[in-house]
Amino acid sequence: MWTTRVRKATLEKYQPTDILPDQQPAYVSSWIYVAGVATIAAFVMLFASGLILTLEGPAWWHNSSTGHFINSIHLWSVELFFVFMVVHLWGKFWMAAWRGKRLMTWITGVVSFLASIITGFTGYLIQGNFDSQWIATQAKDGFNAMGIGAYFNALNTGQAMLLHVSLLPIVLGAIVVWHVILVRKRGVVPPIDSSIDEGKGGSK
Amino acid sequence: MSTGLKKYDPAIKWNGPTRPYDLVKEIVIAILVVGLLVVGLATLFSSPDEPALSLKSWAIAEPADFVQTATGELAGSTTSAGYGAPYNTAAEGQVLGPLKLQKWAGVRIPINPATDFVVKPLQILPDAAVKTAVDTWSAASADQQGKWATAYADALAKAPKETSVADTANAFGPVPAMVTSLLGMAVNGALDGALTTSDTTLPTDFTKPMLFIADSGTYFPDYAGARHLSGDQWGVMNETGSYPGQSWLWLFSFWYQVDPFKSSENADTQVMGLMALLSFALMFLPLIPGLRRIPFLIPIHRLIWRRWYRRKEQ
Repeated sequence: MWTTRVRKATLEKYQPTDILPDQQPAYVSSWIYVAGVATIAAFVMLFASGLILTLEGPAWWHNSSTGHFINSIHLWSVELFFVFMVVHLWGKFWMAAWRGKRLMTWITGVVSFLASIITGFTGYLIQGNFDSQWIATQAKDGFNAMGIGAYFNALNTGQAMLLHVSLLPIVLGAIVVWHVILVRKRGVVPPIDSSIDEGKGGSK
Repeated sequence: MSTGLKKYDPAIKWNGPTRPYDLVKEIVIAILVVGLLVVGLATLFSSPDEPALSLKSWAIAEPADFVQTATGELAGSTTSAGYGAPYNTAAEGQVLGPLKLQKWAGVRIPINPATDFVVKPLQILPDAAVKTAVDTWSAASADQQGKWATAYADALAKAPKETSVADTANAFGPVPAMVTSLLGMAVNGALDGALTTSDTTLPTDFTKPMLFIADSGTYFPDYAGARHLSGDQWGVMNETGSYPGQSWLWLFSFWYQVDPFKSSENADTQVMGLMALLSFALMFLPLIPGLRRIPFLIPIHRLIWRRWYRRKEQ
């Protein structure tokens, strides 16, 4: 049965000890590693606060002090999300973390960064205040000039809202999950110039 | 020095020294710490919420600017009237070298500012004088419409603080009556409703009122400029107040501040194209000779893994 083959292949490829290991190489000891998990933590806060804003509707946060506070949490989660993500990205660059066939890990990380920018941008478009009006009127020229505006209209709040609360979180979430699985599957990249003999334990 | 791509074969399972690790514990601690941090920041700094502008707020705050802009829509002299795709065919639009991306995308959001922003809203009004003015406008040739509207726009330009100018030479046709009535509609809020509900009774698309407001000569740009949001103030990445905004767009905003982009007629396509190119370069950086060598040439990794290197030296 093909379903059995899929199940066995998945279990073989993604073993629980890879996904949730209880040991890590000794070189995984630096504050730079905090940036990656902090990015995920900020994403969790983003998702949770965004979910509350979604459930209450787009006008809620303008008229409710509780809503405004939740919006503030959403905003600062975004800010920290990007701070952590940029630190993580720079860290991985200086670690040349694409080594050892980790190219796809790098690419999914960059794609999630770009997808985050687009997702964040649509969030700014749907605030329903002057900021969103100004950003939309300015950004439309860039999209229109590239021919994108004919399909994604920054002045269409409904379109931006649907993208921000449905499609983009799904896309971004999927890329982040893929990225994390690759990180766990490939393991943490060894230090530059560390002897290959230090980590040799035979092929899997 | 190794470039590393082949040296670290993924088939190699690390069997060197290890340390205990609990991923679940790490993520739980991270969520708690980051959660406390965002709650603290939200409590201390809140978030900006400058009320949205409307055609009503514009007409009340700067009625002369409103009337001039409305006349400009009839004269075809506003930004929207001469925009091109995706709204109309009034211009070729920006190009990227030989690529006419804006034009090729076509008119997918058809908007005729004179008709959509002025004539159609006025047709809603149950006023005989307004109906006569609109009928006179609609029955005239495009050439005649242009002469009336341009003449009135020129007269208003000479009296920038006035909302109307007397037609002593009988040159303005129905234009003064139309824009004065439109100003009345805007002041009482009816124009906002008329433009947002022109395509659907349950609006979520604010393209028409926002294009109209964005055509404003002073109200909209000055309002933004006073809040450090203009293009030459790195406005795309800023927010009202002293908030960080979309600081991650700094590179995007940066290109608009420097030549040749700053003075280019095709700045948007050039900046968007450049950013797309740089994004691809970042994505495929590990495959780009030279760039992928930088981390090996500048030993910041010695700082990142300093404990490991110190341990090796011992």
